[in-house]
Amino acid sequence: MKAAVAVLGLWLALSVLAPWLPLAPDAVHLERILTPPAFEPGAWLGCDELGRPLLDRLLAGARVSLEVMLLVVAGQALLGVSAGLIGGYAGGPADRLLRAATDLTLAFPGLLLALLLAGLLGPGIDNVVIALVAVGWVGFARLTRAQVLSLRRSDHVAAAVALGGGHARILGRHVLPLLAAPLLVEAMLASAGAITAEAGLSFLGLGVQPPQASWGGLIREGARYLLVAPHYLLLPGAALVAVIYAISVLGEHLRRRLDPKDNP
Amino acid sequence: MNPLRRLAGTAGTVLAVLVTVFLLVRVLPGDPVEVLLGERASGADRAALRVSLGLDRPLPAQLGEYLRALARLDLGRSLRHHAPVTDLIAARLPATLELTAAALALAVALALPLGVLMAVRPHAAGGRLAGAFTLLALALPGFWFGPLLVLLFAVWLGWLPVAGRTGLASLLLPALTLALGLSAGLARQLAANLAETLAAEHVRTARAKGLAPAQVLWRHGVRNALLPVTTLFGLQLGALLGGAVIAETVFAWPGVGALTVEAINARDYPLLQGCVLLIALIYVLVNGLTDLAYGWIDPRVRRP
Repeated sequence: MKAAVAVLGLWLALSVLAPWLPLAPDAVHLERILTPPAFEPGAWLGCDELGRPLLDRLLAGARVSLEVMLLVVAGQALLGVSAGLIGGYAGGPADRLLRAATDLTLAFPGLLLALLLAGLLGPGIDNVVIALVAVGWVGFARLTRAQVLSLRRSDHVAAAVALGGGHARILGRHVLPLLAAPLLVEAMLASAGAITAEAGLSFLGLGVQPPQASWGGLIREGARYLLVAPHYLLLPGAALVAVIYAISVLGEHLRRRLDPKDNP
Repeated sequence: MNPLRRLAGTAGTVLAVLVTVFLLVRVLPGDPVEVLLGERASGADRAALRVSLGLDRPLPAQLGEYLRALARLDLGRSLRHHAPVTDLIAARLPATLELTAAALALAVALALPLGVLMAVRPHAAGGRLAGAFTLLALALPGFWFGPLLVLLFAVWLGWLPVAGRTGLASLLLPALTLALGLSAGLARQLAANLAETLAAEHVRTARAKGLAPAQVLWRHGVRNALLPVTTLFGLQLGALLGGAVIAETVFAWPGVGALTVEAINARDYPLLQGCVLLIALIYVLVNGLTDLAYGWIDPRVRRP
């Protein structure tokens, strides 16, 4: 738990500070091609196939991961929560439309729909964000809808209706605040998913385009130089897994803390 | 819900998937004419190709033609391979089925002991270790775990082939890559269900009448705990089919997943459309079948 917070804190701090650090992720040094980690400046963690310092590229990639994660999760939550609120609260045709849209999105397994969208939109980080938002909002929408359906019949909402509260007031003051806890847990899950998905699409060549560094792209290149420079594969993957694992541990912890069943 | 309504629901989803993929491929940017002729082609050549591909007609007419062709299993011709998409996919399908079947078997074989360990000894070292292992396994993406396995077993130890499809030995690493996350998910689900089942009254009765612990665990515990796990079989298959795209790419496994990625990189839209359709349809159909099968597996649902 402490380790998870430490890993995430380090990741956040380094990503936020990256623009002010003296990084040279694109500096080519042909004399240092694929050198292993060494005790000298510019090659602390070794170099890639163009002699670019891996440490700098990892840090630049950390920032990309964070940016993509924030954009994707914010987009998914905004779209999903609004759709879920409207569908669950209004019911009728709006709800049927929402259910049709979620069922259709869920008819595509795993990353397939995101892969199709990113493939059709063309390579690039913006398109990856669009593709992941278009696929991932469903989780937020289903969660919100289910919660709103049960909250709509609760006594405090009935009281607010009886007092003459408008729809916006009821949703904003009496429904949404009670959704905060489950939505937070869902957001943690979605964060880990977004980082993995972005790295996966970049690994397939659809995400961040070279020469810009990203963890998925580094793993893709590292896998090509497996025989001569194993550090090139190992380091970006280790960073990626550490962050995903830390988010999962924190999410699991949060879920237990916020679940009323586990805290009588 | 009665089986006929379920079947109708599945058919509706299939139709919705067909139309969605059609619309996405037609409406989003990405022009097959550009791919075929390149950027320097003249306007007249483009227009002529557009007419011959039927792309100049209104969308509803194109959709009708597409659905009629699909009924004949005609998915068009690949822009790059100049061969019918159906043939290209049919040549790749056995490899994918082999890989997913092996991964499924491997995942179940790994998940059973892990899940039982986590449920029976949640606070002992073994249970905690299994719990931490499954959480780590869920965080390990296939596109890193796969190359890692290659590094360990193919490069350093030299026991298994690096990539390709050259017999049973070459199947092991891709199947393990694909199975890892699934087995962890299965194990955690099984552990949660099993812990609940073992606290139930019928298990206490079984213990009280003096049954052997192993018999109580397997016949009264695991068998009941597996029931909810089977209902999620369809979703798990989805994870496998989605993961196969990455596992096949990592190991140069000649399946439909790798073909999908090739189609994306070559901007081969008819081929991409065919691959996505096939994978999504397998997924929808298996989910529909699982729903039907559940009524048959669970006696409580069988006799309402």
